[in-house]
Amino acid sequence: MKEVHVIEGRAVPLERSDVDTDQIIPSEWLKRVERTGFGRGLFAEWRDDPSFVLNDARYVGAVILVAGARFGTGSSREHAVWALMDYGFAAVVASSFGDIFQNNSAKQGLVTVQLTATEVSELTQIIRDDPARLVVVDVERRCVEVPAAGWRREFTLDAMTQERLLRGWDDIAITLRRSDDITRFESTSDQPTVADLFGDVGRARYA
Amino acid sequence: MAGATLYEKIWARHVVTETPGEPTLLYVDLHLVHEVTSPQAFDGLRLNARPVRRPERTLATADHNVPTDPPSVPVADPTSRRQLDALEENCREFGITLFPRGHENQGIVHVIGPELGVTQPGMTIVCGDSHTSTHGALAALAFGIGTSEVEHVLATQTLPQQRSRTMAVTVNGTAPPGVSAKDIVLAIVARLGTGGGAGYVIEYRGQAISDLSLEGRMTVCNMSIEAGARAGLVAVDEKTIDYLRGRSALTLDGLFEERAARWRELVSDDDAQFDAEIVLDAAQLRPLVTWGTNPAQVVALDGVVPSPEDYDDADERATTRRSLEYMDLVPGTAMRDVRVDVVFIGSCTNSRIEDLRAAAEVAGRGTVSASVRALVVPGSHRVKAQAELEGLDVVFRNAGFEWREPGCSMCLGMNPDQLAAGQRCASTSNRNFEGRQGRGGRTHLVSPAVAAATALLGRFATPDEVGA
Ligand code: SF4
Repeated sequence: MKEVHVIEGRAVPLERSDVDTDQIIPSEWLKRVERTGFGRGLFAEWRDDPSFVLNDARYVGAVILVAGARFGTGSSREHAVWALMDYGFAAVVASSFGDIFQNNSAKQGLVTVQLTATEVSELTQIIRDDPARLVVVDVERRCVEVPAAGWRREFTLDAMTQERLLRGWDDIAITLRRSDDITRFESTSDQPTVADLFGDVGRARYA
Repeated sequence: MAGATLYEKIWARHVVTETPGEPTLLYVDLHLVHEVTSPQAFDGLRLNARPVRRPERTLATADHNVPTDPPSVPVADPTSRRQLDALEENCREFGITLFPRGHENQGIVHVIGPELGVTQPGMTIVCGDSHTSTHGALAALAFGIGTSEVEHVLATQTLPQQRSRTMAVTVNGTAPPGVSAKDIVLAIVARLGTGGGAGYVIEYRGQAISDLSLEGRMTVCNMSIEAGARAGLVAVDEKTIDYLRGRSALTLDGLFEERAARWRELVSDDDAQFDAEIVLDAAQLRPLVTWGTNPAQVVALDGVVPSPEDYDDADERATTRRSLEYMDLVPGTAMRDVRVDVVFIGSCTNSRIEDLRAAAEVAGRGTVSASVRALVVPGSHRVKAQAELEGLDVVFRNAGFEWREPGCSMCLGMNPDQLAAGQRCASTSNRNFEGRQGRGGRTHLVSPAVAAATALLGRFATPDEVGA
């Protein structure tokens, strides 16, 4: 995962609440076995509509998405985060997020910025008034600002998520440093395994 | 000191390490894998030359995009085929037990876990699928994870987790006849809203929950995620023990009673404190149906389509207007006057044997309306075999229902079972999002009995409308 310090660029106002992950990336896109290329499926059902905001030339190249309440609820598909990042977004601003979506985002370096509903409306208004305005999401200082509009708001980001973003840390590497603890735990656990139930049924298939 | 909730007890037994200021490292007893959310995780392992730490704690099946034609019919869709092939190759390479399409143990991942006895009380269970909450009906802490977490569990058999808050959802009283587990959980989702459970693990309790069979409890726990919760739980009682008795090799050995004694401890202490609680009265419940595009948009089946003007909140009015427009519904219309094109009986919410029995009981009273396509998709091969043993397949077929092979099918339309644009469907699944069952399709969530009655009359109906 790449390090994320400061995101700077255009922001696009989605102006919809309850955008669930089915809307972000429709299920037909989940059939891929690769990790890349999902950007083309982002908001696929809305992209055909010429008046959809991502089709608005003034927002082309935006790196920040400004959404409404409850962004990313619904199915746990991580592809939603891949689609947003593959399309070019590095941060999403919303007044609330789906739990799993926010989790997935943190793990892949997509910054989720939670502001109040009022602050989101203010930001939406600013970028509607002037789509070219530079918006800055600063992970180090935990704030989002539009310098040209003199607008600046702080957001919360737990220390762990912040550190990972700043260092570009991969989860698994961090956990694998605890291998001895895991082994110790396993020696005390008595929960049955799949092998206890089926023996080598599954594996035998491949012999 | 206050006692512990069931959630806290299971959590405490799975802590590998705890460091102040960091998420807890939680051990995962069982990792369920399917073809859609795993290929990129396996890809990641290969990329970093990492093995699967505990292949024997991992179980895979093909469900999301298997066609529901007989296994002899090849998978026509090339991308589905690629995912199914990738699952087989990955399981072979990493030594994971797999029940592929056509295998006698194959089925929807959340149906086969409990039915094979793999899901056991007190376990931590994860799967790259949000409806993993289903397994909580057996007092297992079970929740959905994303693909990078799938990779993490494959590599380490653990997950860094923040502790959730706890919510008790108490359903007192006795549900009237005709009110099923599905109606109970739709009422809960409507009450909490789609975000009301966010950050919580819900424990369902009260008379109406105790009265439910284990399968009914699975239906309830399944839709915890629709209220925004990470997981749902029901404490162990004698029904749980009876459900597990004889279900697998592990419960047939001489140690069953010893295990059962430990399972009986998996209840919240009387003086346990929950962070939130809501209480419902089952006696007030009626058969329900969703009218909109999120699962909290629910009305009684004998009710009418709501109007945006019913809401004070401007945001809510806008959402309602948008949902009505997508669903092509006029405020004030009686739900019973709304005609449907398709009826889908299936999904991890309602595709177990009791669901099929409930639907068949109604289906046997008539024939499917000429304008309706009705599908029954059993949750697993075992469910299908049991239903066929009981002759339910004949009942469905004689009434004009299609009897298909197990899988997720029209729950999410990743296989060929999809709605066409504009089609309206009464579905026993869990999500009525725009396009969920096929682009432009309109989904109404209902119970299996209501779905069957609706198929016969071609419009939303309760079983009492088709005789007894
Ligand atoms: S049946 Fe539907 S909700 Fe359940 S696992 Fe399959 S796709 Fe997900």
